[in-house]
Order: sequence, then structure tokens, then C-alpha cells
Amino acid sequence: MWSFLFKRLLHMIPLLLGVSLLTFLLMSLAPGDYFTTLSQNPQISPETIAHLKARFHLDQPWYVQYCYWFKSVLQGDFGYSMAYKIPATSLIIGRLWNTFLLSFLALIIAWGIALPLGIWAAVRKDSWIDRGCSLFAFVGLSVPDVLLSLLALWFAASTGWFPVGGAQGALYDFMPPAQQFWDRTHHLILPAIVLAASDLAGIMRRMRSCLLDTLRAEYVTAARARGLGEGLVIYKHALRNAINPILTIFGYSLAGLLSGAFIVENIMAWPGLGRLTMEAFFAKDSYLVVDCVVMATGLLVIGNFIADLLLAWSDPRIRLK
Amino acid sequence: MLGGEILILLYLVALFAGFVAPYGYERQDRDRFFHPPTWPRLSGLHLVVPRYEPGNGSFVYHAVTGDSKPIHFFVRGDKYKLFGLITATVHLFGTGDENYPVYLLGTDQFGRDVLSRLLYGSQISLSIGVIGILLSFTFGMMIGGISGYFSGWTDTVIMRLCELIMSIPALYLIISLRATFPPGMSSAQVYAMIIIILSFIGWASMARVIRGMTLSLREQQFVLAARALGQTHLKVIVRHILPNTFSYVIVAATLSVPYYILGEVVLSFLGVGIQEPSASWGNMLTAAQNTEYLRNYPWLLAPGAAIFITVLAFNFLGDGLRDAADTKS
Repeated sequence: MWSFLFKRLLHMIPLLLGVSLLTFLLMSLAPGDYFTTLSQNPQISPETIAHLKARFHLDQPWYVQYCYWFKSVLQGDFGYSMAYKIPATSLIIGRLWNTFLLSFLALIIAWGIALPLGIWAAVRKDSWIDRGCSLFAFVGLSVPDVLLSLLALWFAASTGWFPVGGAQGALYDFMPPAQQFWDRTHHLILPAIVLAASDLAGIMRRMRSCLLDTLRAEYVTAARARGLGEGLVIYKHALRNAINPILTIFGYSLAGLLSGAFIVENIMAWPGLGRLTMEAFFAKDSYLVVDCVVMATGLLVIGNFIADLLLAWSDPRIRLK
Repeated sequence: MLGGEILILLYLVALFAGFVAPYGYERQDRDRFFHPPTWPRLSGLHLVVPRYEPGNGSFVYHAVTGDSKPIHFFVRGDKYKLFGLITATVHLFGTGDENYPVYLLGTDQFGRDVLSRLLYGSQISLSIGVIGILLSFTFGMMIGGISGYFSGWTDTVIMRLCELIMSIPALYLIISLRATFPPGMSSAQVYAMIIIILSFIGWASMARVIRGMTLSLREQQFVLAARALGQTHLKVIVRHILPNTFSYVIVAATLSVPYYILGEVVLSFLGVGIQEPSASWGNMLTAAQNTEYLRNYPWLLAPGAAIFITVLAFNFLGDGLRDAADTKS
């Protein structure tokens, strides 16, 4: 078990290295940098720009830049955001936390609704509940995140029940802690629901088909023949076997969730990593873009690691491999 | 196969977009910003559209009772190019009178007909999906076939590369790739760029699956026979191994087209894809991001509905094809 986990953990290092190298290469291929627009400003002398460029190592080839960047990352320093004029680490940690909160809540909502609904639909196969769930899943799979976010925005703007954009109210700093918590939650709910909705349908469909597959197995028939109650057969025998293939899509669903979060953040103005990436992209703050991409990949890789953990915990065959 | 029929209709309409659209995609009606959708009514034997008059100041319009014009078919209107070649002026429907416009889906903030832009936009949005899939799946199949067939270090290198690409959340990678292209490109260049970016990401997952299938296929007797007959490695892969994966590939391709369409939508929506005044479903939705517009002029969401219908149709078709290809049940 431990060697399996250790191997998976070790696997993450070259992956993150490769990702950072790839994004660095891409950003170096990008035409112009943050100082290109500054250099057109007649008030800033070419010497100042050359000096600033040298300070950020932007006058060096990309692999030298990468080495500098990597060295400082090892020391826990993600460089300096040229556009925001503050250390990138503090900027990114805050945004990363926001994206994590959003994705995590969406994950809980999606799985918390999808699993029971999928089980329900499988147990009552071909009933109107099952049909309704299938229809809902089909529609849910086809609604693009962009449209859903816009609809949510419309809903928030026309009913006034939810704030439109942002992570906290204007008076956040003057609120007592309990109210601060409520304010944050109030801002978080709608984006999280939108994000969860796009993920929900796929998980539900998968849960239903997995459980239906196991219900057809012979040991289920045997359990029924022994006279076990229907509840015991489904929840103790069938469900525990049906859950394994579901856990394998956990990592996959996480990847979709992070991409979905990118869209939701940008449309609903949730200050997360995706929004920061776009802001850094438009400002040509190339180090910040690299940081964001590496962070998002890190989030996904850790999520996949957790999925492996869950799978190893629920399926002994994987532990022994 | 309802999905297939809807798709045929959508692609046909996209092909004849200039003819079906009542107006040009750039045509601005400066007297009618945010004009509400005009619904034709039946009057006697004719469909008629009423004339709308603006209220004072704001973009509120009222239909003038008793003042209407019949809709004619095959009327002359804005110039357009059919298939990009033939110049024509005949449109499927219209009133032929500028004071009695037919805006079935209203107009946007520049007074442009949403329906016409939707139709012109479908040319871009729908074709990017298909071209992107053709490019990335061909590439993915070749790479996957080579990887599985030769195995060894070729396989290791290619598979690590695939893992690398797949481990970055798609949109973050798309934006990093977008950064490598210069600003101020022409519409055609942007179009090509979007296809290149989306294909760059899409081939990896295909290559992985094809590689797995190739690993088992290459042990089969017909591959040995082909080799024994002296065929080259490339020929064995292309002629003998890859055709065996087609039933999987076709289903996977149908189910993947929506991702390419959505990729274009997101890029254009964020302002880094197809640029105004060209129409695409993505950049049309950008206007709907303004909550003030959204609340008062909800017809700006029409492209979203078009995306939804297209994706739904592709999913229907993909599911149907999967059931047809699945010989087990």
C-alpha cells in the first residue's frame, strides 16, 4: 500500500516539472512582454526598461529564465507580478484558495446529489423517476458552462437574491466574523451550484449504469436466493462493488471541474485562478501565467492522487499491485 | 437518430447562411438598437410583421397597431456571397422595406439582427468542430498507432507527452497556447489558430486509446501475415491496424465535436478568439455578460440556445452510434 502511494507521489514531480517547462516555453514564444507597452511610453527611458528587464531576467533566453524561476520556486517564492506590483506568491495563494473553495463545494454538491440520484434511478429502473433522471442527465450534459453561468447571472441580476460577481461584499472589512462568513457563503453559493450542475449529470449517469451492471451479477441473484432483504442486497452487496468504477472517474471529473471553474470564474467574476490567468494573460505578465498554470495543474494532480487513494482504500486489488 | 437529422438541418442552414439570413452580419440598423424580437402574425393569407416605434429615450419599442407589412419569400436585400464565391442578393424571406424589419430574434447593442449573426456565426462555430476533430483525430490515430506498434522508447516518450498535455486543465493550456500567437490577426488566421490550438490538445486522449487498441491488435495473425508479405511498418499501421479501430473512433469523434465547438465559444467569448465584427456564437454571447443588457434584452442569449441544441444533437447522435457499434448487446 505504502509503496503504491509513494510511487504515485514520486510520479507527480516530473509531471509538474514538465508542465512548468512547457508553459515557460510557450510563454517565451509569445510575442512581446509586459515591457513592450511600457517602452512606448515616452516618459519611461529605454535605460529604465532595460534595467527592469534585466531585473526580471527577461533579457535572457527562456531556459535561463526558467532556471531562475525554478530556483526561486524551490525557495517558496513565485516571483514578482509585474502587472500587480506585488509578490506573486501572496496573489496566487489567495486566488488558489478561492478556486479550491469553489471547486470543492461544487464537488460536494455534485457528488452529494448525483450518487443518491443515480442509485435511486438504478433501483427503480424504467420507472418515471428513472426516465426523468435520464432526461435531466441528457439535458445537463449538453448545457454548456457558458450558457449556464450566463443564466445564473441573469437570475442573480433579476431576482436580487444573490450578489452579482465578486467573492465578498463592499463592506466586508467592517463586518463581524459571523456576518463575514455568511457574506462569503452568499457569494460562493451560486457559482458553486452552476459548476456542480455541469458535473452532476455525467456522474449520475455513470452511477446508474454501474449499479445496473452489478445488479445483473450472479452473486446478487445468489444473495436474493438466500432470502436477503432487497435493501441489504442493494446497499451491502451491489453498491460496494459498483462504487469502484465510479471512483475512477473522480479524477476525470476533477479535470472537468477545474476547466469549468475557469469559465464560471470569468463570467461570474469570482476571483480565482482562472480569472487571474486571464488578467495576467491580457497584461502579458508571463511569469504569473506560468504560476497559474502550474498551480492549476498541481491542484488537478493532487486531486488525482486523492482519487487513487480512495480507489486503493475501496479496492484491495489495487493496493496489492 | 433524431440527432443526425437535426445536425443535417443545422449544417445545411450554415452552408446557405447568407441566403437564409434576412440581413448581412455587419448591417447596422442605427434606429433600432436592442429591438425586441418581431413575431409575424397571420393576417388573411399573409404573414405580416408590425412596425415598431421606439418609446421616448430608452430602448423600449411598441408595435404600432394596424400598421404592418406582409413577409415575402425570395426578396432582394443585402449583398452576400454564397459559398464564398457567388454574389447574390436574394434572401429566403423579408419585407423588402427598411421601415418594416423582420428581426425574429431581435437586434443587439449595435442594431444588428441577432438571427442573421447567429446564422453567419454557425458557419464558424459548426465548421471548427468538424475540422478540428478531423485534424486532431487523424493525428492522434497516427501517433497512437505508431506508439503502440513500435512500443519501446518511442512509446514511452509519446505516452509521457500525452500525460503531460492531459494533466494540464484544458482551458489553462488553451490560454497558454493562445499567448504564443500575435495580436491583430485576420479573421481567417484566427480561425486557423483556434483549430490548431484545439487540435494540439485533442490528439493526446485519442492517441492513448488507439495505442491501447494497437497493442492488442498487433499480436493478431493478420498483422503477422501482412508483415510476412513484406509490407512496410507504415502500411501495416495505416492499412491493417487503424481500420480496426474505426468503429470506436467514429463514436468518440461524434461525442468530442461539442468540446471543439465549446472551445471556440469560450475563446471568442473571452475576447481572444473570433473578433468583431465577424460573428461567432462565442463573441455574440460576450454582450450577454453585461447584466444590464441581460436583464432587459434576454434575446441576446439566443446563441447559447443554439449551442445547446447543437451539443444535444451531437450527444444524441453519438449515443445512437455507440449503441449501433456495440455488438455485445
